[in-house]
Amino acid sequence: MTMLAEHFVKPPEWTWYILTYFFLAGLSGGSYALGALLRLWRRPGYQAAARLAFLAAFPLILACPLLLTLDLGQPLRFWHMLFDSANLPALNFKYWSPMSLGVWALSIYAAFAFVSFVEALSSRVRRLLAGGLGAVVAVLGGALGLFVAAYTGVLLSVSNQPVWSDGWPLGGLFLASGLSGAAALLVLAAGYRPQLAEGVRALSEADRYFVAIEAVLVVMFLVTVALAGSLGKLFSGIIPLLWLFVVLGLAVPVVAHTRTRPILPLITSLLVLVGVLALRAAVIFGAQS
Amino acid sequence: MAVKRAGFFTDTSVCIGCKACEVACKEWNGLQGNSPNLLLDSFDNTGQLDAENWRHVKFYERMPDQANLVEQPASTGGGQAFLMMSDVCKHCQHASCMEVCPTNAIVRTEFDTVYIQQDVCNGCRNCISACPYNVIGFNQATGTVHKCTLCYDRLQNDLTPACAKACPTESIKFGDVDTLHQLADARLAALQKQGYSKAQLYGRDDKVYGGLNAFFLLMDEPEVYNLPNRANAVLPSRNNLPGYLGGLATAVVAVIAGLIAFRRRGESEETKA
Repeated sequence: MTMLAEHFVKPPEWTWYILTYFFLAGLSGGSYALGALLRLWRRPGYQAAARLAFLAAFPLILACPLLLTLDLGQPLRFWHMLFDSANLPALNFKYWSPMSLGVWALSIYAAFAFVSFVEALSSRVRRLLAGGLGAVVAVLGGALGLFVAAYTGVLLSVSNQPVWSDGWPLGGLFLASGLSGAAALLVLAAGYRPQLAEGVRALSEADRYFVAIEAVLVVMFLVTVALAGSLGKLFSGIIPLLWLFVVLGLAVPVVAHTRTRPILPLITSLLVLVGVLALRAAVIFGAQS
Repeated sequence: MAVKRAGFFTDTSVCIGCKACEVACKEWNGLQGNSPNLLLDSFDNTGQLDAENWRHVKFYERMPDQANLVEQPASTGGGQAFLMMSDVCKHCQHASCMEVCPTNAIVRTEFDTVYIQQDVCNGCRNCISACPYNVIGFNQATGTVHKCTLCYDRLQNDLTPACAKACPTESIKFGDVDTLHQLADARLAALQKQGYSKAQLYGRDDKVYGGLNAFFLLMDEPEVYNLPNRANAVLPSRNNLPGYLGGLATAVVAVIAGLIAFRRRGESEETKA
C-alpha cells in the first residue's frame, strides 16, 4: 500500500469568477505599473501610452470586487472581509492571511487607479498633478498595482492545497505574467495610432523581457511542484492543452521580434493574453482536478 | 463536569465501524446528510468529512492474502488488517483554517475548540483550501462552511458531545484534554505491552499543529490513515514569506527590465533621428 504523506485537502471550488478575477487583477495591476513607469520616464513620446495604461487600469479593476462578491456563498456579507462584523466598527485586517491583505490592497489600489484614470481623462486634473504630487501618486499606485497582480499567486500558495502550496514562486509568476499581459493589452488597445507608436515600441520591447522572466518562473514553479510530487495534477485531463497556450504566449513575442517579416503585433498581443489566461486556468483548475 | 479544554480521544483500536457516531452527530446537529453514496470498495458509504458529515468512520481494509486461507488461517494481522477510525475535526491548537480566514468567522471558543461562526462566515472557502485534514465543507443552502463544533451547544450545557455519548465501545472518549492525555498514555502502554508495536498516539504532543484537542490512537503510521505525518503537518503561513519575497524579487527585476526597455527604445529612436 503506497500512501503519500502529504495533505488531504478538498478543492475550495474556486473556478470561473476567481479565474476571471486573477486575470483582470493581473492586467490592471500590470497596466497601472507600466503606466506609472512610462509617466515617470517623462519622455514626451511615452505620455500618450501612459495615459492609455491608466485609462485601462481602472475599468479593469472595477469588475474585480463584483467577481469576488459573486463568488462568495453569502455575497451580501462581502463587507465582512473589511469590517469585524461581530465587533463594529472595528476593522478586519490579518496581514498573515493573503485574502485579508489582498482585499485591503485591492480597495486602496482602486482609489489610486481612479485618480490616475481621471488624470488621464482631464487636462485640468493633469495640470493639478503635474508636479511632485502626481509622481507620488504614480509611485504608490504603481507599487500597489504590482502587489495586486502578485498577491493572487501568494493567496494560492498560502494554503495546504497540493500544487498551490508546493509552488511558492506563484506570486512572482503571476506578477510577471500580469505585466506581460498588460503590455500586450496596451499594444492591442493602441492599435496603429501614431501618437502611441513610440510607447508601443517600448512596451513591445518590455514584453519580451517580461516573458523571459515569466518563462524562468514557470520552470521554477514546475520544479517546486515536481519536487513535492504533485506535478501529475498540472498535466491531467485537458490541462496540457492550456500549457500549450502558455508556451505559445511566451514564445510568440520573441519569435515575432526575430523574424524579418514580423507577425502582426495585434496577433502577438492576442496570443500573449490567451497565454496569461491559460496559465492561471492551468494552475487553478489543475490543482483542483 | 464543565471542561476547560474540551477534546476527543479517539481510540481506533476498539472502533468496530458501527457508525453510531455519524448518526448521533447528524441527529443532534440536524444534518441532513448527503444522498447515499455506494462506493463499492469498502463498508464506507460516507466517503469524507464535509458540511453534512462531521464524523466519518474511515475503513482501511488490508486483508491478508486470501489464498490458502483454509490451510493457513490468516492471523489477525497484528491488529492492523482491518483499520477503522472515526475521523473528526481535530480542533488543532495551530489551526490552518483559522489562520487564513479573512472574516474572523473561525474562532477559538471558551472550551478551547475551533468554531465557525455561521453569522460571520461569508463563504469565501479559503479555509477549505487550508485544512490539511479535509474536514471543512461548503453548504450551498446556507452559503457558508461547516464542520464539527465539538457540540458547542452541548458543552454550554455540560453535556457530552453526541458522538462520544453514542459510541458503544468507548472508542470516542470526551473530556478535558489533560485527562484524556493520561487515559491515552495508559492505553498505549497497555497495547504496546500486548505486542502492538506500531500503535501510536497522533496529536497527543505538540508536534502536529501544536497538539490536537481531538487526538487519536492509531494502530499504524499516520500515512496509512491518510493523515499528514509530523514532517507534513505545516501551516499555510509558511508560504507567506517566500511567496511575497518571490513577488518582490520579480517586481524589482521586472521594473529594472521595463526601465531598460524604455531607455533602449528611446535611444534607438534618437540615434535614428
